[in-house]
Amino acid sequence: MLSKSQARAFFLGGTAVTFLAFIGLTVFSMSPRNDQTNHDKIDAQVVRGKHLWETNNCMGCHTILGEGGYYAPELTKVIERKGEEYVKIVLQSPEPWGPNGRKMVKYQMNDEDAAAMIAYFKWIGEIDLNGFERIVSPLAKDK
Amino acid sequence: MKYKSQKVAYWFFALCMLLFTLQIVYGFIMGFARIGMDGLHDFIPFNTARAVHTNLLVVWLLTGFMGAAYYIIPEEAQRELISVKWAYIQLISLAVVGVIAIVGYHFNYWEGRKFLEIPRELDYLVVVNVLLFLGLILGTLFTGKRKTTTALVLSMGLLFAALLYLPGMIWFDSQVTDSFFRWWVVHLWVEGVWELIMGGILSYLLIKLTGVDREVIEKWLYVIVGLTFLSGILGTGHHYYYIGVNKIWLIVGGIFSALEPLAFLAMALFAVYMYRKGEKSHPNKIALFWTIGAAIVSFIGAGLLGFAHTLPQTNLYTHGTLVTAMHGHYAFWGAYAMIVLAIISYAMPNITGRKRYTQTNGHMAFWLSNIGMLGMTVAFGVAGVVQVYLERKMGMDFMKVQNEISIHFIVLLLCATLFTIGIIMYIIEFIKYGRPTDEALNAESV
Ligand code: HEM
Ligand code: HEM
Ligand SMILES: [Fe+2]
Repeated sequence: MLSKSQARAFFLGGTAVTFLAFIGLTVFSMSPRNDQTNHDKIDAQVVRGKHLWETNNCMGCHTILGEGGYYAPELTKVIERKGEEYVKIVLQSPEPWGPNGRKMVKYQMNDEDAAAMIAYFKWIGEIDLNGFERIVSPLAKDK
Repeated sequence: MKYKSQKVAYWFFALCMLLFTLQIVYGFIMGFARIGMDGLHDFIPFNTARAVHTNLLVVWLLTGFMGAAYYIIPEEAQRELISVKWAYIQLISLAVVGVIAIVGYHFNYWEGRKFLEIPRELDYLVVVNVLLFLGLILGTLFTGKRKTTTALVLSMGLLFAALLYLPGMIWFDSQVTDSFFRWWVVHLWVEGVWELIMGGILSYLLIKLTGVDREVIEKWLYVIVGLTFLSGILGTGHHYYYIGVNKIWLIVGGIFSALEPLAFLAMALFAVYMYRKGEKSHPNKIALFWTIGAAIVSFIGAGLLGFAHTLPQTNLYTHGTLVTAMHGHYAFWGAYAMIVLAIISYAMPNITGRKRYTQTNGHMAFWLSNIGMLGMTVAFGVAGVVQVYLERKMGMDFMKVQNEISIHFIVLLLCATLFTIGIIMYIIEFIKYGRPTDEALNAESV
């Protein structure tokens, strides 16, 4: 039968090995060679967009890259689906946006902020998501 | 209760009950918003309610773990806590940071990073608080008469949980990298180090409640936490499939996360087997129900329902839908909420000297909350599967689908009401136990 010290060795050994493998894989997938995100295209506007995304907790209702709340539409491909103009109108709407009954928070963003949000969404929309981009965005051209 | 300082745990448990109640209130706010009753939208929009709901959950569970540690560690180490005064200071500062965060969420003072909404400035206060807590616990453990495996595993879980909070504080310009390291906190907590905490508490409770030999229980504890890390660390990959990182994670994450249920299965078998094997019949049956219940429900919620969407082929369709919410509720409930309610049920008679576990109220609380939560899980699940089908397979518009599935949220609210009645009964029992007393010292039924 298994002894307590063998059980402990299993715990410590298994943890050490998988932890090292995890660190190795992290380094591998973070290396610029394996970038799928067009990392070099992240400019000041995109960063500002990300900042707005966070300070307003947009993720509390929407998902992006499939992460966030499930209350409002997924936004990974929103520019491709709806176009820049539409997104701008939503962000600047003087009334809580909600054509289908469910309301969004009223942000009334200025032109600069709205442009930064759009730059951020455009950058997000170009990321290679290993196939998920075709599932979250059933556009006619994908079919 | 054998040591006076174990009484500190009571106040942590009391804070736990308070935060849990608030968590449920915000759950209802979201549930109603989902069926169109969003009258609070101007003051508590959905994103506020959601941040409060999930953060309160994490904070009350951590408060419960801390209370559990203050109760368990003195007894395992066979000495009083090194400082009761600092333990109270830690409790109060924890409550203060928590309140600032929760109030802040109502005034846009947050960082929209799912589950880690606490702003960076407050994060530093959290770190100081947790360091104080760890100092007290580890100081007690390492100056004590003995260092049991149970105490070591529990403390190791708490220590690693603190360390893993740090990657979540780094700033990244890329949403993808941000998300990548956010999972080091969120995933490696619930599918890693928190399982050590759960395992430690579970093993302590089984030793107390079943009377099975400590050596046997602790040997299996090592096997369980071994399985946890073996599968859980690389299992982090199941969050990396579709967020914009290399495809290698589809294979690594797929294989290792599919093994994660083994740790939960082991936990369930362990609890049931030790219960059968035990010769002792402990009178506190309510604590026993919560203990065995936690082991079994965590296997269903985390193990089975986690497995249901963890393979890349399935997750491609379910990623970021209500299917995830279904699993999130039952997993958190079974693994962490129930184990905290178990240790509270076990500790209360010992801290207060009142043996209320003969009352039927406690049993009702157990069954109502469990049936309610099972119903909620089914409601989320049905809504989720329909959403996946209509939105992801048929390509229907998001809001059209939401209107189709709103009926399931009425069911959700009904089940949530049942759940809440159960929790209210639990809290009434907690209140009726009253305050801790020194007469309870050494008076417990062993
Ligand atoms: C007690 C343990 C667990 C808890 C508390 C838990 C909780 C959660 C929560 C809250 C989420 C949502 C995260 C987010 O989207 O931000 C989640 C996601 C997920 N969980 Fe778990 N989980 C546990 C164990 C497991 C296990 C053992 C598995 C696999 C066998 C698993 C598989 C998954 C998967 C695949 C996702 C991602 C879903 C998606 O793509 O949207 N979980 N879990
Ligand atoms: C009265 C009871 C409750 C109700 C009505 C409720 C309702 C909800 C709703 C509507 C959401 C948001 C889903 C979305 O984004 O659309 C949510 C999220 C969540 N709730 Fe609850 N909840 C309740 C109790 C609980 C309890 C007791 C727990 C833990 C044991 C819990 C854990 C969570 C978690 C982890 C999430 C995030 C899930 C995810 O992002 O995948 N909830 N809840
Ligand atoms: Fe996970």
